[in-house]
Amino acid sequence: MRFEAPRDVEEAVKVLAGQQGAHVLAGGTDLLVKLRSEMIEPELVIDIKRIAGMRDITAEEGGWRIGAAVCGAELGEHEGLRADWPGVVEAAGLIGSTQVQGRATLAGNLCNASPAADSVPAMVAAGAVARIVGPQGTRDLPVLDVPQGPGRTALERGEFIASIWLPPRGERAGDAYLRFIPRTEMDIAVVGCAVSLSLDEAGRVSGARVALGAVGPKVILVEAAAEALKHRALDAGALDDLAAACSKAATPIDDKRGTVAFRKHVAGVLARRAAGIAEARAKGETA
Amino acid sequence: MALDDTKKTRIFKVVGTRPDRPDGIDKVTGRARFGADMVAPGMLTGRILRSPHAHARIVKIDTSRAEALPGVKAVVTRADFGDVPDHVADILDNCMAGQKALYDGHAIAAVAAVSPAVARKALKLIEVEYEVLPHVTDVDEAMKPGAPVLHEGRQQETVPPGMSQNVIARSEFGHGDIEAGLVQADRVVERTYRTAATHQGYIEPHACLATMGADGQGDLWVCTQGHYMVRNTCAAILGIEQGQLRVTASEIGGGFGGKTTVFLEPVALMLAKKSGRPVKMVMSRAEVLRATGPTASTSIDVRIGMTKAGRITAGFAELRYQGGAYPGSPVDMGAMSAFAPYDLENVKTIGWDVVTNRPKAAAYRAPGAPMAAFAVESAIDELARGFGLDPLEVRLMNGADEGTKSSYGPTYPAIGLKATLEAAKAHPHWTAPLGENQGRGVACGFWFNFGGDTCVSLNITPDGTVTVSEGNPDIGGSRASMTMMAAEELGIPYDQVRTIIADTGALGQNEVTDGSRVTFAVGLATIEAARAAKREMCRRAAMVWGIDEEAVEWEDGAARPAGPNAGRFPPMTIKEIAAIASNTGGPIAGHHEVTAEGAGVSFATHMVDVAVDPETGATKILRYTVFQDAGKAVHPSYVEGQFQGGAVQGIGWALNEEYIYGEDGILQNPGFLDYRIPVASDLPMIDTVILEIPNPGHPYGVRGVGETSIVPPLAAIANAVSAAAGVRMTQLPMSPPRVLAAIQAGG
Repeated sequence: MRFEAPRDVEEAVKVLAGQQGAHVLAGGTDLLVKLRSEMIEPELVIDIKRIAGMRDITAEEGGWRIGAAVCGAELGEHEGLRADWPGVVEAAGLIGSTQVQGRATLAGNLCNASPAADSVPAMVAAGAVARIVGPQGTRDLPVLDVPQGPGRTALERGEFIASIWLPPRGERAGDAYLRFIPRTEMDIAVVGCAVSLSLDEAGRVSGARVALGAVGPKVILVEAAAEALKHRALDAGALDDLAAACSKAATPIDDKRGTVAFRKHVAGVLARRAAGIAEARAKGETA
Repeated sequence: MALDDTKKTRIFKVVGTRPDRPDGIDKVTGRARFGADMVAPGMLTGRILRSPHAHARIVKIDTSRAEALPGVKAVVTRADFGDVPDHVADILDNCMAGQKALYDGHAIAAVAAVSPAVARKALKLIEVEYEVLPHVTDVDEAMKPGAPVLHEGRQQETVPPGMSQNVIARSEFGHGDIEAGLVQADRVVERTYRTAATHQGYIEPHACLATMGADGQGDLWVCTQGHYMVRNTCAAILGIEQGQLRVTASEIGGGFGGKTTVFLEPVALMLAKKSGRPVKMVMSRAEVLRATGPTASTSIDVRIGMTKAGRITAGFAELRYQGGAYPGSPVDMGAMSAFAPYDLENVKTIGWDVVTNRPKAAAYRAPGAPMAAFAVESAIDELARGFGLDPLEVRLMNGADEGTKSSYGPTYPAIGLKATLEAAKAHPHWTAPLGENQGRGVACGFWFNFGGDTCVSLNITPDGTVTVSEGNPDIGGSRASMTMMAAEELGIPYDQVRTIIADTGALGQNEVTDGSRVTFAVGLATIEAARAAKREMCRRAAMVWGIDEEAVEWEDGAARPAGPNAGRFPPMTIKEIAAIASNTGGPIAGHHEVTAEGAGVSFATHMVDVAVDPETGATKILRYTVFQDAGKAVHPSYVEGQFQGGAVQGIGWALNEEYIYGEDGILQNPGFLDYRIPVASDLPMIDTVILEIPNPGHPYGVRGVGETSIVPPLAAIANAVSAAAGVRMTQLPMSPPRVLAAIQAGG
């Protein structure tokens, strides 16, 4: 196995494109586990952490650009990000242990393409955009469109994600992510739900994005849920409609982690609870 | 061997205190050497090829391509092992399959190579032709006539004709007349309970380092609960004499019963023998889960009758345990222990030992008892609640006491069940208020405890400090306990004694660290060894003083003239006696060899509060208190640790842990991500109350405490969850989907 640690994007793209089955290493919290458990035996591993900008969080166009090697702990310590996108930050912060938080990245979580990835529904609800570099140059792709199925992404050979951009947050807006796990930490989502809301001056929902994780082969953006909330106050009826839309949109399977009936039901429960937190945040209440 | 001066209370100086454990610094600094930490010059890596099928005939194994791979030094299959004695035949077949692969993960072949990468590559070059057979993993399915059969001709005569060959044995315990008793009841609860197979979940995977010289002498470094057992088993399998194989136990990262047999060791020795090189083998977590010994999954029918006053008129249980691919599930111990806490006129249990296409069950902390207690204690709880009776009072009313004829036969001597119930009743936990969606459960549990073959050698060094050699791997702080008991008996400080775990060359036979036996049996032998050393030191002092040795007594670490000689000579301390030992007859030691009996049964009562989320079925443990009889707590911190550890393993078993098999008979969750043991944040601090009802069979009154603590939690938690959720839970684990489904069906 070869190990490369290029200093710039061009070199990284060249090395990556030149080797079939090469793996990109950012935090390595998925890659090293796969290596150790002998799920993969790559010929080449390319560490992108030393490329300029990969570990930076910068303000851009009213939003935030997050380098591909920024770890969960750094997200959690960034006041601006926490203020604008607490749901994304807390979703990333749920991944693994304290030690893992010193390594795990948003881009890695996205590229691992697990249906249960915690940060992905939160990024989708936020409307995040991935910046992809590759042999054909640079392109931007909504995070929603990156996962194609379990373990599969829209990245072409030689491409990797250089950064994630979170859009401007705007006034009277908040997001939240909740997941259901059988334990209290160190676990994998059986259902995940992210809600991002903006409110009008009367406290009614002016815009919403709701995303589900672990209830389908890839993250689900529940447009019917957003529709159900539009122009409504988050009263019991609106929350019931939200929950129903999420339960309906979920397309889970029966497996070792849960049943179809359980996951569909809990998708609704989490949506209701996450919406409550997002609303409180939008109103500037602590939650 | 009886309890010292049973009528008067002994004043202990060291026993009952809480000194630091002698192995503590090594463990927190990483200096302790575990199974995988040993290396040898020229060492090879051993790896095992495992069956991808739940049940298959092994038609052909071609190892020629693997053998030809550069760097491969040995390949081993069952053909390398000769005929072995009957008592190790199943053990060998489990370590290396013969005619059939009997479960997903069953060892088929092994290689030893110069590196892990070469070994891994070599495994892929071994060609195995399988004839895949129908399989069965569920205990009830396996008992049906027509179920796929694992073994022909193993069924015992106790099994009535017409049952599947997978039903190996039937056992029965009890006394009285069940039907007559049930007629006297005001209500009879009749239910079926089910529990999933769970793994001990020890953090350290199995590991060993084997050498086997051309001279026929072997050495083995191994993580085990019993290196004498490893020696005897491996010697029988390899056809060598026990004296030719020296086994040294590494530090051990948990065992809980799962390391009381062998998995890798005979294979490592065979690879070492064939290659002429040291061979190290270390299991991955997936191998541990797929191919070592979890406990049985069970299906249990219970019928219990109770009067409206709370008196149990009859108790019946029929227990079906699958113990994996070979005979020997722990069903007998389940059947014996199911009603053991109660004084019953009419009680009967029937046990069925069943084989399935799963890994062979190994011991797991009080093997067989927690599932039986889950069933019986759930039914008693349901009856008590149905009559509006206090569940602790019901248990006190029916509880066993000194003189009770137990459900499994013997009549009890002094026991502590009622003391634990009284302590529970008096504890503030019992009357603390509960909130919405919260419930409280209690349950009792019993374990036999064990003694067995034990050797201790205690040596006085020339400077008068003391070394104790014992033959039982220290899992729960037993070196500290032995050190304390030696110091107590010799009347010297704790830090003047050091206890080591000796290898198999140093002592006679020692039973494995199991049955909660070590603090009891090895402690007993340590005390007797210290007494022998004291007698010798008194004799030396008498010689120096020129008086009869009977006229010398030992007190506070020194020989003193006694009786008419009292005060005639100043005391001679252990250091003074040791310093002149060469002039008074030579080095001084004491030793004791015994088959320890009188272990003394142990009882516990557990109390737990839970909150159940009615929207998700998720259970949170809010508060937990363990009440258990320790006889005498030698090191109270480690006794509390055993109480807490059993409760925590029980919490995992009750809520989330389970072996999940697919339709294909393949284990779906061979890793700690989807095999969910509790993490620290899942748990409240587990509160403990130590009761001390002395065991008459031990000089200091010690009872084993390691296992009883896992017997009550399954039922206690089920009773709490049932109360919180408003629906009776009869199947484990009470995972969120199962609890939510029950709530939705019940509401």
